[in-house]
Amino acid sequence: MKALFGLVAIFLGSNVFAPCRAEPYTPASDAQVLERLPVTNQDPMQRRLRAMRTTLDQNPHDLALAIALAQGYVNSGKTQADPRYYGYAQGVLNPWWNLQDPPTEILLLRASILQFRHDFSDALADLNKVLERDPANARAWLARAAILLVQADYPEAQRSCLPLLELDDPLSAAACLSQIGSLTGHAAESFVLLRDAFAHAPRPSDDQRYWILTLLGTMSFQLDQDQDAGRFYKQAIALRGEDVYLLGVYADFLLDQDRAGEVVSLLRDQTRVDPLLLRLALAKQRLGSEDLAGLASVLEQRFAVSRLRGESLHQGDEARFRLFLLNQPQPALRLAQANWKVQREPKDMRILLEAALAAENPSAAKPALELIARTSLEHPRIQALAARLRALESH
Amino acid sequence: METESHKSNRWLCLSIVLFLSCFAIPVSAHKSSDSYLTLRIESGHIEGRWDIALRDLEYAIGLDANEDGAITWGELRSSRQEVTGYAFSRLQLRSGGSSCPIEPGLLQVDEHSDGGYAVLWFRSDCGQSSSHLDIRYGLLFELDPQHRGLLQLDYKSKTHTAVLSPEQSRQRVQLDQVRKASAFFQYMNEGIWHIFLGYDHILFLFSLLLPSVFCSSSAGWQPVRRFYPAGIEVAKIVTAFTLAHSITLSLAVLGFIEFPSRWVELAIAASVLFAACNNLYPVIRNRRWAVAFGFGLVHGLGFANVLEALGLPENMLLLALVAFNLGVEIGQLAIVGAFLPLGYAIRHSRGYLIFGVRLGSGLIALLALFWLIERGLNIRIEF
Repeated sequence: MKALFGLVAIFLGSNVFAPCRAEPYTPASDAQVLERLPVTNQDPMQRRLRAMRTTLDQNPHDLALAIALAQGYVNSGKTQADPRYYGYAQGVLNPWWNLQDPPTEILLLRASILQFRHDFSDALADLNKVLERDPANARAWLARAAILLVQADYPEAQRSCLPLLELDDPLSAAACLSQIGSLTGHAAESFVLLRDAFAHAPRPSDDQRYWILTLLGTMSFQLDQDQDAGRFYKQAIALRGEDVYLLGVYADFLLDQDRAGEVVSLLRDQTRVDPLLLRLALAKQRLGSEDLAGLASVLEQRFAVSRLRGESLHQGDEARFRLFLLNQPQPALRLAQANWKVQREPKDMRILLEAALAAENPSAAKPALELIARTSLEHPRIQALAARLRALESH
Repeated sequence: METESHKSNRWLCLSIVLFLSCFAIPVSAHKSSDSYLTLRIESGHIEGRWDIALRDLEYAIGLDANEDGAITWGELRSSRQEVTGYAFSRLQLRSGGSSCPIEPGLLQVDEHSDGGYAVLWFRSDCGQSSSHLDIRYGLLFELDPQHRGLLQLDYKSKTHTAVLSPEQSRQRVQLDQVRKASAFFQYMNEGIWHIFLGYDHILFLFSLLLPSVFCSSSAGWQPVRRFYPAGIEVAKIVTAFTLAHSITLSLAVLGFIEFPSRWVELAIAASVLFAACNNLYPVIRNRRWAVAFGFGLVHGLGFANVLEALGLPENMLLLALVAFNLGVEIGQLAIVGAFLPLGYAIRHSRGYLIFGVRLGSGLIALLALFWLIERGLNIRIEF
């Protein structure tokens, strides 16, 4: 039976040109809408970017303008989680992209773009170069800490947070350090540290509040304070309802709470974005919706296209897709293991444990289990999975 | 109050920075930009279909004329000239050294998993059919280096796929399985040209051949009395060189041995330097065929790099190998054929010994030294 599943998977996986085998057609009416742009050209930010692009076209070597435009694209890419914007940013930086020692601002932008593509070692190399030149560059320290956090290199991440204290930025330092603390057996103290720093921060802006609230929500969830977590997330969404990362985190939280109906209403219009489409499909599966098959085939096509490009940015999500929607534990485990080599955040741990459990292969989860034991990670769901895996192993 | 606002200002700046940088937790989403290029090779011409995302066309040339965030069929249709102009100026098809003009055809639309696409149908005629098709792809690369062209080529019920990127924007697809003869001549031709254009092989051979119309004695170089010993000497050198480079060329192309091309190039430069210096300060006098054999092994590895760079058809690996090698021998024999009678004829003239052998070898040695430095230090010396 499993072999049959495997064969079906291979068949589905190999049919990568399926999306372009669809029949092209000639629309009957000029008024027919073929595509809705994610952001209209009347959006003020989009207008600004467009105006900058027109000016830059006249003089592509205008460093200051190129930096501003690339930064604008990187920001759009972040909020909308849209890879195209990162490509545009790289295009704008073309004249400097391959330089060994470009200006500091270019290094910072290049690091963001490389980080998005999971090229962590090159991104870290660029950030280290910035810090060699300018040890007081808070942005570089923070970006460096963020990458090391994803790689689960907690001691080095902490060393990257500490300079922020000397740079007279207590809230950034608190956010940076509490994130690490919450993953290394100090979840309660970390929560208190961040909550208090937030309460005492003078006039935090919406951006700051949104970001800290998301962190507080995640930490509360880790501490099994689901009500508090829900409250923090809701406050954050009130500030930044369109942020893709936040929507994904909140949808995962709701799925864990068995609130699939709310996930559907939250993400109904977010089918463009793969991680959100995945969460929508997971919610529809729980509700037994009829259009699940259609969503699953769209996801299958998108993962296939990304493989065709030779990209491996989506392995964690694809593992979830294969495990929960297609019931393919073996391929899911392989993807989760490949993902673990690159990213080691709690969500990456979790899918690796879940896939190893489903595939009845506890030794595959060994690296994650070791990390959890070493860091005494507090996370009720991950701990429960780890316990089941250890029980399976001792049988 | 002053410090408070100063502090909170700074806090604000850094927090935005924090928001921008620390929050860069990678989220995969939407989709990077891809186009789908499908080529179907029919007898004598190519039927093409190119699906390009409307969002990409909007970014490259602007489609949303009324700026309402929706791209309609009317808007796409009225930009047809710009769309085909933009796209087809960034796609070149070549076959057998001549370019295949592209005739745009029907414009349609299609829906892919990530949105609407324009479908550009086209036809291309390559005139005489050739054994391979070269595709050069440059859509959107200047605007979005993360764009990829996903190529599918259908030919005689076989399918070839490739991913085209700024780093890998050219693709050579081997077509012909039937007309092996034309592929054979093509690879043979490449072999001949490589001997003439890759100076290092010629110069190495020359350095060994220059003294072959002399015999070495205690009194130095003496012109040979008869043609026969010179002919034998040349035959020995050429045979040894051929044998040696055929061995390593075959072993490398068939995948049995592998050396970094930089070291191979370095060793080739060293071989030229040695052969030329040996004429000025002879170390090996009578066994130049052994030198030809030893360094011939290295030159074979150099030939293999060239052949691999040309692209090798899986189904005709051996044929390509034999043809290329034969081409190399033809080129080589042409050089020998031109040199030997000439060298023999002027062997008695003092000028030949001084200008041909001594000065020639000196210049070759100097050039080889430059190559050695260039290739060793990975720099370019401009004259």
